[in-house]
Amino acid sequence: MNLHFDVEGGEFISAGVASSKVKKVLKQLAIQPEIIRKISVAMYEAEINMVIHAHGGVIDAEIMPDYVHVILKDEGPGIENIELAMKAGYSTASRLAREMGFGAGMGLANMKRYADILQIESEPGKGTTVEITVKLYPEQS
Amino acid sequence: MHLTQIKDILDAQVIAGKGDMDQEVDFGYGCDLMSDVLAYVQNNIVLLTGLVHPQVIRTAEMLDIKVIVIVRGKVPGSDLIEMANRRDIVIMTTKHSLFTASGLLFKNGLIGEEIAHNELTF
Repeated sequence: MNLHFDVEGGEFISAGVASSKVKKVLKQLAIQPEIIRKISVAMYEAEINMVIHAHGGVIDAEIMPDYVHVILKDEGPGIENIELAMKAGYSTASRLAREMGFGAGMGLANMKRYADILQIESEPGKGTTVEITVKLYPEQS
Repeated sequence: MHLTQIKDILDAQVIAGKGDMDQEVDFGYGCDLMSDVLAYVQNNIVLLTGLVHPQVIRTAEMLDIKVIVIVRGKVPGSDLIEMANRRDIVIMTTKHSLFTASGLLFKNGLIGEEIAHNELTF
């Protein structure tokens, strides 16, 4: 199953709608709650990042029998130094992001924590693509 | 701890999810930083926070948090209350600070969610 979402930039109130919809679909598929939580948190952090740092973007979530693969693509400013950005506590977020409880430099660290595979490709000035893969039945693989 | 007990201990007002008060939580967690909530909460908790941004409800939704106590007498906007009602999330408000509210619940037997992983080695 493929789900596609267009995410608007600067929409701090509605940010998270895509993650919420994916979570609902996974619940209907009776996936284990702990696995749903991993996908939800990783995707939500990535979606928030899109709204905070880029000007929104597109999300494609692919739900396969044994894994979920989420691709979040933006045409924002890109990440200068991914290694530094991955460091817990490092942040370039705005005051507005901080007012909504984010922007403390935990986003990428949280994505790494909850994703089974996390891939980030970024080019300064061009944009960023984040890919999150979570296995639905990790004990079998 | 039952939600009615939390309401009584904190002298709180229930402003959303009034029909969902008949349930219990196992742990408490107090934080204004939603990324930290996302990083550390694993269990069935009551979230105590002074943040009244609608993203508090989104964060709760992602983690299946069923009850939020807003501290320091802050009053959330109607958008937050509406989001909570749509998701069957209970919202209470208390005049106590985060420290005092946490302390009162702890004193009455509610323990904190422990941090299960080391930030530097995850």
